[in-house]
Amino acid sequence: MKKLLSIISLAAALLISCSKENETTPTFDEKNLAPFSIEFDNIVGERTFSINNTASLYTNAAGEKFSISRLQYFISNIKVATADGKTYAVPQEKSYFLINGADKTTRFAKVEVPVADYTKISFTLGVDSLRSTMDLSKRTGVLDPATGGGHDGGGMYWGWNSGYIFFKFEGNSNAISDDVNGDPTGKKQFKYHIGGFGGYSAPTINNIKTITVDLTTAGIAKVRKDRQSNVHLFVDVMKVFNGKNTVSLAANPNVMFSRYSTKVAANLTEIFKHDHTEN
Amino acid sequence: MNKKHFTVLFVMAIIVFACKKGEPIVTQIEAFIGFQKPANFPDPVYNFANNKVTKEGFELGRSLFYEPRLSRNNTITCGSCHIQSSAFTQHGHDVSHGIDDRLGTRNSPPIMNLAWNKAFNWGGGVFDLDLQPIIPITTHEEMDENLENVYNKLRAMPKYTNMFKAAFGTEEINTARFMKALSQFMLMCISSNAKYDKVLRKEPGFSFTTEELEGYTIFKDKCGSCHKEPLFTDGSFRNNGLGISPVNDKGLYAATLVETDKYKFKVPSLRNLKYTAPFMHDGRFLSLNAVLEHYNSEIVATQNLDPLLNRSKLGIALSANDKTKIIAFLNTLNDENFINNKLLAEQ
Repeated sequence: MKKLLSIISLAAALLISCSKENETTPTFDEKNLAPFSIEFDNIVGERTFSINNTASLYTNAAGEKFSISRLQYFISNIKVATADGKTYAVPQEKSYFLINGADKTTRFAKVEVPVADYTKISFTLGVDSLRSTMDLSKRTGVLDPATGGGHDGGGMYWGWNSGYIFFKFEGNSNAISDDVNGDPTGKKQFKYHIGGFGGYSAPTINNIKTITVDLTTAGIAKVRKDRQSNVHLFVDVMKVFNGKNTVSLAANPNVMFSRYSTKVAANLTEIFKHDHTEN
Repeated sequence: MNKKHFTVLFVMAIIVFACKKGEPIVTQIEAFIGFQKPANFPDPVYNFANNKVTKEGFELGRSLFYEPRLSRNNTITCGSCHIQSSAFTQHGHDVSHGIDDRLGTRNSPPIMNLAWNKAFNWGGGVFDLDLQPIIPITTHEEMDENLENVYNKLRAMPKYTNMFKAAFGTEEINTARFMKALSQFMLMCISSNAKYDKVLRKEPGFSFTTEELEGYTIFKDKCGSCHKEPLFTDGSFRNNGLGISPVNDKGLYAATLVETDKYKFKVPSLRNLKYTAPFMHDGRFLSLNAVLEHYNSEIVATQNLDPLLNRSKLGIALSANDKTKIIAFLNTLNDENFINNKLLAEQ
């Protein structure tokens, strides 16, 4: 019996070492970092995303045709998790990304995480309240209030009500009226500036959304030293209108710091879909 | 104009300078003392650990405060709407005049004792002095500029690259440095040398008159719970019963979206009222008498009216005699030293 056991264990050992050669499941070491990225590939329903698509408009569930002139959003606080429950949070200083629909080079959130196989990732859509209230010297790069010009342009900072715009989505639609309920300038513009970190000294709206993506169906991320593992997400901005809440451009051409913004923010939790992983 | 003329002029200039120096500014030039808490003031709330006030940082902040390049067309400075002789307000204007003579909707508040401020603006929204200047610089009706443009204009000027280097070690101009320098200047705008302060600090030769003292007693009874000493504000937001303005300014509500914050505005300090009329967030009252009459008889019970103004009846009963005495006391809060402090003036 003893002999049999040792044979079995030997065989098992051989098997393990075999599988190790093919798969190399490394031990999880927080200091053994390798490149990892999440790709935010913007789409609009069943169509590719394009800026200023005035010749080929998109149509939302309310039947409103629209073009897009700006799409920008913050991704932050990236975390990864293995099947056996090991987790790693990317250090905060390296964890803020501004994805700009008009600039394809911004579509990757490139970070470093420990060498491992990951079955789940999570991130924040927006900027956490801690960073939103931190000393200015800790808010550089995309978090610099000067970045992108003012909030009327490409800027993502609200001066009048200290904090960041998490998700900025603008365009035009003929469904928008020319009166005070629409766009009195006659440009038929819609502006969705979604922000609100919950308030500094008293609670107010909190539109920070934590997004968790399960990778087991469309492909786990195998992070290794010699490779670039990339989780490719589709970001369907049509869901801004066609999510759990149906949002109409004619009824709500401007959504900024208001109670209604929480309805749009609720839809934002549905815009991310894992398409595949490149390992 | 020959050389001799120049020499004469130069000598005269020195004499003029020397005359001015005869006043206490001499000591200020000799040694920069930085931020010092007045003896009768509480601890400040500003986080000085992240921004120590230095001579170089303060001087940079002062230059920036009076720098027209902060505005789109280089015409408006911070000092345009915050004029020192008016205790850093825009005296005589109900609402401020900004770029291209555009009008805002609110009365410019004084730059005064900001180290003790927990929240900024009449309607809140900003909780850190370092973040406050972003509003006037970027607001359409005020300076209508964006920050990066401002930095680029400053970067082209050796005056500023030198000053940033002196203040922060390198010539780099960035948001944190720019804002912190402005904060350093504003933090030094301390008004603590009114007659009231001198009496309270028991400085020799200062005492209230009978009328002032009686006014002080009435004040403590009828005004002091919101206008708390020694800053003369408790820093809270309250609805003080103003009839709703034509622009329907909802005050704090815009920043919090909380129903119970509608029509609440920040309780202002009562220091330097002599220089800061008109009063209220929209500058609707031209005199102190008008303000006191508002509390006496004009309170409107709008949504969220402060309970202190609606006890047995609306408002605070004030006789003509009460008003005279209260005003006599309020006049002891005017700080000539503050509005004349050369250290805070455009150089």
